[in-house]
Amino acid sequence: MGDHSHGSPEESGTVAKADDVAQDRFPDPGLPPHRPRLADRDPRAAKRHERQVALLFTISIIGTLFFFVAYFVLGHLGEMTFAELRVQNAALGLGTAFAMLGIGVGIVHWAKTLMPDHELVEQRHEISSEKDRQDAVDIIDTVIEETGIKRRPLIRNTLIGAIALAPIPAIFMFRDLDRTGKTAHQMIEQMRHTLWDTGVRLTRDPSGTPIKASDVQLGSAFHVIPEGLENAENMLNEKAKAVVLLMRMDPQEMNISAGREDWHVDGIVAYSKICTHVGCPIALYEQHTHHLLCPCHQSTFDLANECKVIFGPAGHALPQLPITVDADGYLVAQSDFHEPVGPSYWERG
Amino acid sequence: MATTNEYTPSTTTGRLANFVDSRVGASGMVKEFGRKIFPDHWSFMFGEVALYTFVLLLLSGTFLTFFFDPSMTHVTYNGSYVPLKGIGMSAAMASTMDISFDVRGGLFMRQVHHWSALLFVASLSVHMLRVFFTGAFRRPRELNWVVGGVLLIMGLAAGFTGYSLPDDLLSGNGLRIIDGVMKALPIVGTYLSMFFFGGEFPGVHVIPRLYSLHIMIVPAVIILLLVIHLFMVVTHKHTQYPGPGRTNDNVVGFPVGPVYAAKAGGFFFIVFGIVAFISGLFQINPIWNYGPYDPSPVSAGTQPDWYIGFVDGALRLMPGYLGNFSFEWIIPFPWGDNTLVLSVLLPALVPAGVLFMVMFAWPWIERWVTKDNREHHLLDRPRNAPFRTAMGAAGVVFYCVMWAAASSDLIATHFHVALNDVTYWLRILFFLGPIFAFWITRRICLSLQRKDREIVLHGREAGIIQMSPEGGFSEKHEEVDVYKRFLLTSYNDNKYIPAQPDAAGHVSGSEKRRAALSKFFFEDRVAPVTPSELEAAHAAHGHHEVEGEKQDSIEK
Repeated sequence: MGDHSHGSPEESGTVAKADDVAQDRFPDPGLPPHRPRLADRDPRAAKRHERQVALLFTISIIGTLFFFVAYFVLGHLGEMTFAELRVQNAALGLGTAFAMLGIGVGIVHWAKTLMPDHELVEQRHEISSEKDRQDAVDIIDTVIEETGIKRRPLIRNTLIGAIALAPIPAIFMFRDLDRTGKTAHQMIEQMRHTLWDTGVRLTRDPSGTPIKASDVQLGSAFHVIPEGLENAENMLNEKAKAVVLLMRMDPQEMNISAGREDWHVDGIVAYSKICTHVGCPIALYEQHTHHLLCPCHQSTFDLANECKVIFGPAGHALPQLPITVDADGYLVAQSDFHEPVGPSYWERG
Repeated sequence: MATTNEYTPSTTTGRLANFVDSRVGASGMVKEFGRKIFPDHWSFMFGEVALYTFVLLLLSGTFLTFFFDPSMTHVTYNGSYVPLKGIGMSAAMASTMDISFDVRGGLFMRQVHHWSALLFVASLSVHMLRVFFTGAFRRPRELNWVVGGVLLIMGLAAGFTGYSLPDDLLSGNGLRIIDGVMKALPIVGTYLSMFFFGGEFPGVHVIPRLYSLHIMIVPAVIILLLVIHLFMVVTHKHTQYPGPGRTNDNVVGFPVGPVYAAKAGGFFFIVFGIVAFISGLFQINPIWNYGPYDPSPVSAGTQPDWYIGFVDGALRLMPGYLGNFSFEWIIPFPWGDNTLVLSVLLPALVPAGVLFMVMFAWPWIERWVTKDNREHHLLDRPRNAPFRTAMGAAGVVFYCVMWAAASSDLIATHFHVALNDVTYWLRILFFLGPIFAFWITRRICLSLQRKDREIVLHGREAGIIQMSPEGGFSEKHEEVDVYKRFLLTSYNDNKYIPAQPDAAGHVSGSEKRRAALSKFFFEDRVAPVTPSELEAAHAAHGHHEVEGEKQDSIEK
């Protein structure tokens, strides 16, 4: 209890006991005496405040005029350079700021210096009196009694049933928020597939030029889209599933599990670029650690270990796209991804 | 006049008032509000800021709707901003570009709208913290506390739906994250995502849908709640801080006309002016730097708007694996395997859920523990409710750890530390931070209360050092005046209430739990100084202005 209190805590009252009587309290001395302001006593001070308030309002007028200068003189129709736009934006902001602050500060200054500063006292009232409450209860009881709803359970129960059912059509009305016109099963199936298929060329994002295996140097990384993406019906939807990262590393450094031995071309591997956490594109590849990092939530995937999660919130490895080379030496997909890309969902399995 | 009962006006104001009143009966309103007393304190201002920034949002938002095209139709940009000329984008993005570059003052209005939104949620949050820490949510204001909490959630909804509208790269990635979180919901998640986006992400439907939510449903709900909120403030009358002359039965302050109306009205213009100043000089959401939404690129170091940060941070803190244990559970059902994505579900729903549940329930929790069902119109100084202040501090730290986690990458790059270490430390703080915050805050409150006792018993340090004839130095203490003394001694101190038996003499389990909580909260407490204690202290000193115990003891 510190060394400031008198004696031990028990006898000082520093720690009060539960049976302490609350009556032993200091009486309320009432509101402290009002201290007059300078302007209350000195008419010259009051006059000075009056001039200050008028000056603030004048600043507001100047601010408004400045706004018009900014709007018509600094701004013009037709193309503006970015620098011009910045200057105009700043001028509009300053004009508005002065126009508003002049009024606001002026009024508050007026209220604080020249309007009465005597605090007044008002009594609180009960939110509603006991009698009003009793009357209200009586009225509600009478109303319920007159409907007879308690005496006629048949009416009551059918009404409850009707009211419970009536809103359900309104919920079903929202079924066609889904504009695809497909069944749930078809949509789940569609989520499992991307534009990748046997023989689809890997092309650069966004130029769309195909990539030769010989173009991919050790340690390099390519942002890849499937050939023909720009002609797809829902281009962005397809792109959101099909984007791929293409990297090359020494095959000796890679741990390759059974069944995936021929999914790479001399250490060139392709992985889905969509994070398995919540779907951000994984844009960062660190060459010397061969880690992939998602900039949104920092999930980190290890390229040497088939992009298994080594840090962060992602729950499973990035799906790998099996690739090979075609007769012309261009990289092509062997097939679609073998599992759904992107964030997990209930039906993913 | 007495016979006809007709009021005969003699002034211009009187004639005008007579005209209006005899038609709409406004004199009752004027009588009720014209001289209504409002207590004054700087901390009551945050709610006003929230109200005024909301007005600014309505004004600037209406302007923006005249030029914005909420459509995801693919167009080729051909406006004034040269670097994006010829680039394909949605009509929403293109019209936002036009607002910024081809509508005079459009960029200014966009920035006013965005800055106001950030300030709106910030002032709502600070206002709620003020209400919490001063105990203003107690009876009869519990329901208004709940309305305020729903307003905060609606503020987040308004912010998020608006943030996504320009359809730029940054907001598109935000929607992508929402899509991922929706899909993580068991059973219904995939369908919800399909309904929301009108098919697969991103589709061409989501922007117009967000637009109708953003400009109609959400603001309508906010306005409705705002009216209810202010109506209840009038019904309850405003709370006031404790002090001499202020009781639970009165309101001390300034009348609406003219002082309070002038101050509050003037303050609207001040808020407007400050927002205009910020919007003129500080760039916000430069969509032309981000470009249109494309699922492939993303820039590092991007941040959500501040109020979404705590959820985003929680997503970052959650580990996908603990060792070899994966938080993605694959559950075998007779019809096939289903996936329960706990690595997304837990952080997205649990911390925010706990935070809001405790926040909404707190008035009833406190009432249950303290058994205090009285009306409270006098606020608590936060130090005088150590348990509540400590709980609030724990909540703030809990929130801020998640919020900091949303910037974990920036913390790592700015302070040159490993990103993984930042995450590990924040994970530890997520659990230990609130506990430490509770403990430290309660200790600080109790110490401040002891300091108050000290001031009442021995006076305040006068800053005058006196030398005694023996050569000892001591500081002169001045006794506080009666007004200050009343402020420092008049608080309501809660005591530990042991478990009480009910009418049948039985102590129920819930009563035992309540008593345990009561003991935890109130076992350590500092009682206010009583007059008899002060007398005893005076008697002990002889001359009470000088604290001279030590000198006395040396003398002896």
